[in-house]
Amino acid sequence: MPGLTQPPPTDAVQKNGANGSHGANGHGPRSPLGYPDRMMGPGETHASVAAKIGDIVLDGKHPKGWWVGFAAAFSLMMVFLFSITYLFYKGVGIWGINIPVAWGFAIVNFVWWIGIGHAGTFISAILLLVFQKWRNSINRFTEAMTLFAVSCAGTFPLLHLGRQWVFYWIVPYPNTMGLWPNFRSPLVWDFFAVSTYFTVSLLFWYVGLIPDLATLRDCTTVRWKQILFGIGALGWRGSAVHWQRYKITYLLLAGLAAPLVLSVHSVVSFDFSVAILPGWHSTIFPPFFVAGAIYSGFAMVLNIIIPVRKIYGLQSYITERTLNNMANIMLVVGLIVAYGYATEAFFAWFSGDQYERFQAFNRAFGPYGWSYWLLILTNVLVPQALWSRTVRTTPWMLFIVALFINVGMWLERFVIVIVSLHRDFTPSAWRMYYPTFWDYATFAGTIGLFFTLLLLFIRFLPMISITEVRELVAEGGSQPIAGPAMPPMFARLADRPGGNVP
Amino acid sequence: MNPALDNDLGPDSPRQLLHGHVAAFDTPEELVAATQKAYAAGYRRMDAYTPIPVDGLAQAMGRGKTVMPLIVLLGGIVGGTSGYFMQWYSMTVDYPYNVGGRPFHSWPMFIPVTFELTVLLAAISGVVGMLYLNGLPRLHHPIFQAPGIERATVDQFFLCIETTDPMWHRDGTRTFLEKELKGHDVAEVER
Repeated sequence: MPGLTQPPPTDAVQKNGANGSHGANGHGPRSPLGYPDRMMGPGETHASVAAKIGDIVLDGKHPKGWWVGFAAAFSLMMVFLFSITYLFYKGVGIWGINIPVAWGFAIVNFVWWIGIGHAGTFISAILLLVFQKWRNSINRFTEAMTLFAVSCAGTFPLLHLGRQWVFYWIVPYPNTMGLWPNFRSPLVWDFFAVSTYFTVSLLFWYVGLIPDLATLRDCTTVRWKQILFGIGALGWRGSAVHWQRYKITYLLLAGLAAPLVLSVHSVVSFDFSVAILPGWHSTIFPPFFVAGAIYSGFAMVLNIIIPVRKIYGLQSYITERTLNNMANIMLVVGLIVAYGYATEAFFAWFSGDQYERFQAFNRAFGPYGWSYWLLILTNVLVPQALWSRTVRTTPWMLFIVALFINVGMWLERFVIVIVSLHRDFTPSAWRMYYPTFWDYATFAGTIGLFFTLLLLFIRFLPMISITEVRELVAEGGSQPIAGPAMPPMFARLADRPGGNVP
Repeated sequence: MNPALDNDLGPDSPRQLLHGHVAAFDTPEELVAATQKAYAAGYRRMDAYTPIPVDGLAQAMGRGKTVMPLIVLLGGIVGGTSGYFMQWYSMTVDYPYNVGGRPFHSWPMFIPVTFELTVLLAAISGVVGMLYLNGLPRLHHPIFQAPGIERATVDQFFLCIETTDPMWHRDGTRTFLEKELKGHDVAEVER
């Protein structure tokens, strides 16, 4: 970073930097346009990165914030287990679904969760390929978030099946019934898209994790941890020959994941747009859905990393530059989403089709009109605050805007799924949809499942990629400062080199 | 000092008992420079251990390009063609059904699944191929006995000249690593 040697202007980025020793030196440089320029706090070395991030995993103590979060998330997960147990016992009739609103909350939640799952691969793959190095500090975390969000998403279509025990009929396999799934159906494409996305995201995440697990194996002094991390690291020894293959494989996986992330929500949107229902049958759905997915995904990432960087003191790695850049991306995709709303309304009118026109009118002024205007408020109007640099670089303000976007994106799916379904072609079939307690409980339960998995991940695996952050160090991403003592974890290692040679 | 004179190959010779000599360096630049010098001096069987991928390090050891891209390409081709074939076979040969007189072989509808299977098999073959070529998982390796090697995943950069190199010599290589390459903590590694 050429800008890093400039004398620092006034800024309080690093007020509570990663190590206490940074406090006095903690001013971030700014780009010529005045934006935060620092990818990393000052004084970070290869060892300090491993120590700071690795200590979160290896140290037995955990902040109070973690325990509070875990207690809340775990309780909600129990709600999830309870509500699906009752669902299996009783059937999908416990939900508010009916004909014509057969999809109900289950599909709203499915699309919402899978959208959130898009940020991870977008950040780790697409931003990797376009050399956005500021992503190095958040990609591990967001990949994990992707995996957990897709897991939550995947439960809903299964639960919604009714006969959950025959879910595997959607898989093409030689069977005694002599049947094949219908490959012309978007629902089958959806199965392939989501399961491929999950598998590739898992591989990408695990491959990224291998060198970090090796670092943890070598940093811990506890025998069973050495064994467990050693097995997880598959015996990684950092050989140059291995790194060569590793690096190219990682890039190729990123290259494969980049079109994949765009394809998944496109395929999800086909579930809607291939149907002839007014409000669904629209060619803008794939790009509109992908933009919405990245929008909600980034909002969820911000809603999680802002508290996490505070609780764990990771401001040195997840800098304001990262927050600012994410807010910028959110603003852009948010405008694409807003453009999508305008296009939907315009084409409903322009088509001249009375059903389309009615649908657009009913959306805004029908019985669910409140949800449409809330959507416009939360998804279009509030995010305009992101034009302000103060909002983009002030964590708590950004947190609130991101929260609005998450609510807004859920409402968007509510408007698309429920409002479109409840008024179809024949007025005699019209019916309102009223979610039941179990609808809400299942949804809240998946939020618990998501955060339980995420908090366990933070506890047991390095949530920031040690290797990739060290690459930033190697490229001079951090100003050296005079002697921060080696953290205690490394005292053992510091004594070693030059030791007893046979 | 002629290395060839000390090429003892007996069963109890150092060449048989040792894995090689390892030297530590503080920065990736020093390691790459040292590796280039070792290669120029005629050493071929060596490996380096680093906490981060170092650009040009494998090339400095005289390695060419890897076959990984080819493996991933083949995986993708197999995934795509078999995915398309599965859909064509099931929808036109094994289980055709007539939907409003539309063609059985409706290829545009087969594209999404073909694409997904292309990506899936390419990714799986990439990861499996990488691990296979790297010989992983392999939980033990002689290099783990080198003193201070734990820091190869933390902040130190190691170069190991292996005994399988014809140029290797117990004293000669050690002196070479210490004096010529300026590595520190030079040590012998047992097999």
